[in-house]
Amino acid sequence: MEHTTINIKLKVWKQANTQSKGYFESYDVPGISTEMSFLEMFDVLNERLIAEGKEPIAFDHDCREGICGMCSMYINGKPHGPWEGTTTCQLHMRAFKDGDIIVVEPWRAAAFPVIKDLMVDRGAFDRIIQAGGYISVNTGNAVDGNALPIEKEKADNAFAAAACIGCGACVAACKNSSAMLFVSAKVSHLALLPQGAPERKQRVMNMIAQMDKEGFGACTNTGACEAACPKEISITNIARLNAEYLSASLTTA
Amino acid sequence: MLDAKIPAGPLDQKWTKYKGTVKLVNPANKRKLEIIVVGTGLAGASAAASLGELGYKVKAFCFQDSPRRAHSIAAQGGINAAKNYQNDGDSVYRLFYDTIKGGDYRAREANVHRLAEVSTNIIDQCVAQGVPFAREYGGLLSNRSFGGTQVQRTFYAAGQTGQQLLIGAYQALERQVALGNVKMYTRHEMLDVVTIDGKARGIIARDLVSGQLERHFGHAVLLCSGGYGNVFYLSTNAMGSNVTAAWKAHKKGAAFANPCFTQIHPTCIPVTGDHQSKLTLMSESLRNDGRIWVPKKQGDNRKPGDIPEDERDYYLERRYPAFGNLVPRDVASRAAKERCDAGYGVGSSKQAVYLDYAAAIERYGKTEAGKRGLGSASHDEIIAMGKEVVKEKYGNLFDMYEKITGENPYEMPMRIYPAVHYTMGGLWVDYELMTTVPGLYALGEANFSDHGANRLGASALMQGLADGYFVIPYTVGNYLADEIRTANIPTDHPAFVEAEKAVADRIAKLKGINGKQTVESFHKRLGKIMWDKCGMARNKEGLEWAIQEIRKLKAEFWSDVRVPGEINEMNPELDKANRVADFIELGELMCLDALQREESCGGHFREEHQTEDGEALRHDDKFMYVSAWELNGESNWTLHKEELNYEVVKPSQRSYK
Ligand SMILES: Cc1cc2nc3c(=O)[nH]c(=O)nc-3n(C[C@H](O)[C@H](O)[C@H](O)COP(=O)(O)OP(=O)(O)OC[C@H]3O[C@@H](n4cnc5c(N)ncnc54)[C@H](O)[C@@H]3O)c2cc1C
Ligand code: SF4
Ligand code: FES
Repeated sequence: MEHTTINIKLKVWKQANTQSKGYFESYDVPGISTEMSFLEMFDVLNERLIAEGKEPIAFDHDCREGICGMCSMYINGKPHGPWEGTTTCQLHMRAFKDGDIIVVEPWRAAAFPVIKDLMVDRGAFDRIIQAGGYISVNTGNAVDGNALPIEKEKADNAFAAAACIGCGACVAACKNSSAMLFVSAKVSHLALLPQGAPERKQRVMNMIAQMDKEGFGACTNTGACEAACPKEISITNIARLNAEYLSASLTTA
Repeated sequence: MLDAKIPAGPLDQKWTKYKGTVKLVNPANKRKLEIIVVGTGLAGASAAASLGELGYKVKAFCFQDSPRRAHSIAAQGGINAAKNYQNDGDSVYRLFYDTIKGGDYRAREANVHRLAEVSTNIIDQCVAQGVPFAREYGGLLSNRSFGGTQVQRTFYAAGQTGQQLLIGAYQALERQVALGNVKMYTRHEMLDVVTIDGKARGIIARDLVSGQLERHFGHAVLLCSGGYGNVFYLSTNAMGSNVTAAWKAHKKGAAFANPCFTQIHPTCIPVTGDHQSKLTLMSESLRNDGRIWVPKKQGDNRKPGDIPEDERDYYLERRYPAFGNLVPRDVASRAAKERCDAGYGVGSSKQAVYLDYAAAIERYGKTEAGKRGLGSASHDEIIAMGKEVVKEKYGNLFDMYEKITGENPYEMPMRIYPAVHYTMGGLWVDYELMTTVPGLYALGEANFSDHGANRLGASALMQGLADGYFVIPYTVGNYLADEIRTANIPTDHPAFVEAEKAVADRIAKLKGINGKQTVESFHKRLGKIMWDKCGMARNKEGLEWAIQEIRKLKAEFWSDVRVPGEINEMNPELDKANRVADFIELGELMCLDALQREESCGGHFREEHQTEDGEALRHDDKFMYVSAWELNGESNWTLHKEELNYEVVKPSQRSYK
């Protein structure tokens, strides 16, 4: 693949901790190879800042292959930046041109407080899972794996929903900071499988209750979440979630 | 010093007998016993969840912001189990045998047999949790084959098997958190083990958000902290994967076993430049259908599509006709290195070989045309159908390749090269997974136990979950049954105070050096030494040189590293400095271990010891042992040997021809 070297400018959100006020800081970043990933560009910048005796920029990352859900940058007004179906760590500098000014912010949502610079606290997602995002089966309780055939189509759909990496881009993309796409992905994954059936009703009720408690906003069907989702989780999951919720509230009331 | 505590009796009855006679802890006592679990990847999450279910009080720690993000999430290809659903001759014995042979006869028979036995339970458990494994049209579970085996026993969820298994274990863990049986500490890093009267009694951890140090008591401590491949700087591991937890245990007396046994994975995306921060694996499952080749002519600069069939060297198929592209990883990696070193490499760096899907696309296309009754389909139609099939099987891997390289692998062969991937070495453990420190256990990739000198594909996920779901719940009870009278030790005990002070002093020292070079620059230099001298091929001279270089690097690190920011705040550079300091010490031990093992086995290839046709040459008479290193002081270790007795399998020269 051909590559070139570009010079860019960054405007990055800096914030010392949750309590303090944040601000934008500008950086010139010359000599970036288009073969680099977006985070490697940040590595290069951070190395330079440390050498100059300045504070590096804090950001979350781990796997750098689009699966752990740790990376979370809001780039030029889009969670995970310009490429569709791509996490921040998989975005490459090929996406930019010489002279570009790139604005980078953390996820913005009341339920995701900033920890430092571009890092936020997504503990709310774990607490939503604690509320019911599981199948209650203790170790050792299981029957043979092939005792329960599952239609391939159902299994495939459950898998597609289970592909969610819990990154929170859907929340960051939504003007209401709604977590519906994330919650719907988990509810769908488990509701589509026969193993998930016994707890189907409480699960959806409890997860939604927790979601509200965490301060995520309501869903107004703008579809921004689906567009931003790096795993292309379909918004049809939200329709399924609503149906699950409705039927659960009708029968458990 | 080393007592493996292997139960007596025939191999295939050891575990059953052990379970039937092991000491138990009654439910009321379990509620009083506290267990610390460091790490919540597959091994840690499955252990913490299962122990919570049993009623123990569990505290679990991870450095990511959620247990769901552990490095296990990145595993792509699959998980093995001796289900024999394909009726192709698989069995517990065969999985056991393949693992022992794949490990080049450097693993403990009893542990590996137990692993093969519980493998089937793992699949059942995961299915019950809702793990969406791939299925056939009939609704039953699907399998594929992996390197080093001739049966199809690998269960998978597209290219996201690790993710789906970890989400299953994570959900089980969060359920126990909700029930109050497990307390989860995210963004916490364990920085020391606390021992009292020779037993592990707790840990010192740093809250990575506030920077505060914390003391935590436990009747037992389980380290499930993953592997140390990042000692090489560039590897397929997640950026945060590190050796610190295991290394602290080593410093508190736990022997470190076979540190030089590292796995170099044959199919990774090649390095592009100095900016490279990590390497990306292209799953081994791709070797199922892809064919690996280089041009027959040295320095052939033609585009791959312009090189005719008879001018291509499918070197794995040529050298290993029985296993072909599915030889074990160590063999495939060395073969790629051999071709590139000899001048046949491709791409701009010439450090790459082709992984080609053209033949598979055509083959699948024809099958598909047959299935759909389209006997007269044109070549283009066949190729289009073939691409669809390949997309369904490997789509996410192909997408990943394209995002990183900007090249379309459906149209041209991928370029791949070996990269550091997994560490077979780790903390020495006995049959019960206990280290040489009583009450301190190691599970998953953090221990050395099951893979000998080379791990077979799809066996790490199996081992992590075996350890966590099905082994530790029994073996830890055997220890804790004698601890029911030990009251919780208050954390103002001098041992806790001292350990915390030592950690605080070290952090202050790191921060206080205020030198000129970045942590990252030291890590890169260490990585280069390790890759050049302790990587795919090793020799005496190189290893001796590396040890000297690493010692110099260590002195330079401790006098010239620069750690920006403050101690009492979120400070990723400080976290990294702590980890790199430990990697440097580990690097020295790895070279030492590689130096003493004067033979080639599995991933450990000593150039002085090879057969005429370049295969690894073992010396069973002298090296049929596990090397377990005890630390005495700075750069000073004692080697202990655990002799390996093969009662059932007869070691032979591994052959995949
Ligand atoms: C790209 C890739 C693909 C792979 N594919 C496969 C595959 O297809 N099949 C297969 O069988 N294997 C595969 N493997 C190997 C396998 O994924 C790993 O060996 C396995 O997941 C390790 O699991 P673990 O639970 O031991 O450790 P990890 O998943 O690495 O978890 C370590 C845990 O420890 C925590 N931790 C570490 N240190 C500390 C500390 N000091 N304090 C607190 N917490 C700490 C971390 O936060 C994390 O929770 C693959 C590996 C890679 C790199
Ligand atoms: S639904 Fe998509 S955007 Fe939202 S958390 Fe899951 S993967 Fe991220
Ligand atoms: S760093 Fe893991 S998804 Fe980006």
